[in-house]
Amino acid sequence: MSEQAIARQMNGSWVRDKIFLGLTPAEYLKSLVTPANAVIAVILAAGIPCLVLRFAKGLGAVSNLSQTWPWGLWVAFDVISGVALAAGGYTVACAVYIFGQKTFRPVLRPAILTGFLGYVFVLFGLIVDLGQPWRLPYQFFLTPGTTAVMYEVGWCVFLYLIVLGLEFAPAALEWLGLAKLRRLLEMMSIGIIVLGVTLSTLHQSSLGAFFLMTPEKVHPFWYSPFLPIFFFISSISAGIGMVIVESSLSHRAFHDRLDPKAPVDMTAITLGLAKAGALVLFAYFFIRLQGLAGSGRWDLLLTGWGAWYGVEMLGFILLPSFLFLVSVRRESVKLARFAGALTVLGVLLNRFNVSLFAYNWTLPKRYVPAAAEILISLTIVTLGVVVFRWIVNRMPVLAEHPDYRGSHE
Amino acid sequence: MPVNRRQILKLAAAAGATAALPGPGGAEAALARPSKDARAVLVDIANCVGCRSCEMACSEANRLPEPESDVNFETPRATGPDRFTVVNRATAKSAGGDERFAKTQCMHCVEPACASGCVVRALEKRADGPVVYHADRCLGCRYCMVACPFGVPKYEYTKLAPIVRKCTFCAERQAEGKPPACADACPNGALTFGKRAELIEEAKKRIYGTPGKYVSEIYGELEAGGTSWLYISDVPLQTLGLPPGVSKTSYPEMADRALSAVPFVITLWPPLLMGLWAMNKRKEEVAAAGKAGEGRHE
Repeated sequence: MSEQAIARQMNGSWVRDKIFLGLTPAEYLKSLVTPANAVIAVILAAGIPCLVLRFAKGLGAVSNLSQTWPWGLWVAFDVISGVALAAGGYTVACAVYIFGQKTFRPVLRPAILTGFLGYVFVLFGLIVDLGQPWRLPYQFFLTPGTTAVMYEVGWCVFLYLIVLGLEFAPAALEWLGLAKLRRLLEMMSIGIIVLGVTLSTLHQSSLGAFFLMTPEKVHPFWYSPFLPIFFFISSISAGIGMVIVESSLSHRAFHDRLDPKAPVDMTAITLGLAKAGALVLFAYFFIRLQGLAGSGRWDLLLTGWGAWYGVEMLGFILLPSFLFLVSVRRESVKLARFAGALTVLGVLLNRFNVSLFAYNWTLPKRYVPAAAEILISLTIVTLGVVVFRWIVNRMPVLAEHPDYRGSHE
Repeated sequence: MPVNRRQILKLAAAAGATAALPGPGGAEAALARPSKDARAVLVDIANCVGCRSCEMACSEANRLPEPESDVNFETPRATGPDRFTVVNRATAKSAGGDERFAKTQCMHCVEPACASGCVVRALEKRADGPVVYHADRCLGCRYCMVACPFGVPKYEYTKLAPIVRKCTFCAERQAEGKPPACADACPNGALTFGKRAELIEEAKKRIYGTPGKYVSEIYGELEAGGTSWLYISDVPLQTLGLPPGVSKTSYPEMADRALSAVPFVITLWPPLLMGLWAMNKRKEEVAAAGKAGEGRHE
């Protein structure tokens, strides 16, 4: 056999090992026929034509965005909520590296991967929403608007995307067998983590700063000069909630990816996160209350808006805080997961309240997203799940790579 | 003295973390401090008869479709991508029982929220007054529309390469020494073009010179920290269709407070986090050494 032929054959087995999970292409395609994939196919079949329509016919063809509602579902969900829900990466990285909480090490990689993909799809959502997305680089090179909050957010998100890529890179390098490069990255890890936490502090809070200039458009219950602080603190709770929910889901969905020789103590991890969650939410509740005290609009509590504010404050901040506490005392992982889900929903609710529900609160005409807007958002989330699954099935994310076991600092 | 943005950027640059950022020249370009000669228009509602000549002149000057001819003023109209100014009927009548009308357009704020919040400096406040728009920079984030307290910028949602549209204060005409087309066309002296400082004096002269005629307030003197369009009226200002509840302080300042924290986070977070990391690492090492030591004693 010629050298070329050997190389070709080796190449073939590389593709089979790394891409087709050790199956032949035919077997691999057959393995893709599952109920979950059928659901995914339906969503994509509905959503991709909407995406095409968005870029072929313009924003007006698919969205209910208007002159009074320039920001709709895509900004509220894909961008503003997306960034908050991707906070697990920096939250767990900070706990493991900075605070030395090694218990959380097993959920660090999935959290970083969720964060990385979260930001990639935030960018995707942004490209859908921007009128002329090809001009995104202008803010970095051509005509930077240095006075804009968005300028800071733009730089932070751009740099943090690179940081998350570097934080996740060791997993990809282990998968590819590039040990030397991986060792190099491992040496820089603490610097990268510190940069990541700093960038996250900056842009998680600055997303709230977008609305500082809209004091009369956002209802007093959700407007506050402290919005950046609210957004930052709640991003920590979102990160904790997301890691609890996501780790429970992926340990169920990918249990064949776990290493039976090195079982992960999910009880200790979940309850540890729950303890942190209880504290952060409790603090967040009172910080939010300070916002209300600052506005002095207690009189509005008796309106419908007051009831809605109560739903968020009591049902999605104080209640999960309390449930986290109970779950820790009773050592109930189930309850902690429920509280985690409630926390995630609560942060979503808050971002929607600030950017949609309580925005333009004095206008009688409300914005309701068009079906195509919802389908596009759903498509973006689905693509995120598909890529997450593709990576988890191949790279050492949920379990350590056997060659590198225990080598993580 | 509160820290201003220029100092913040200098601090940030000093921190090294933003060494790659372009200098603060951009900030000056986007938000020029208005000169003493900055131009403005004084709208005297008492003189407006609702003839809409200003609308016609605006369409002509900006090459917009002709404004609709059959306006009955029953429902208020809004400006749009193809309509930079509209005249609406006030909900109140004058003391003499006459109907009152008010023209709305971009207010050309002294410190515009739109320009300060624009990430690509597509909106730019010029020292001589106008807030101008550079369509070739705009990426279409529509934050200007979110930020503008007057709801002025409008977007071309139906186009494939959409841009923001709004009144330009006829910056080109002004550069030629001419007044804005609308002010030029007004047949009844409702629109007076001039220097902002002088027009505020003129407005006060009219208010105090004819006691009892005007409401003693100039809309735009303080609104949003001051605007280039100033309104005086003989009917209550809130009946004119101008947005209520506009803050009387500068909008960019509201965001400045948060941005002033940025350099501190950039400079303080890394050493703080590194310190915590080192402390926890040391604790682990001591604990590990302690364990090893115990082992030796046994």
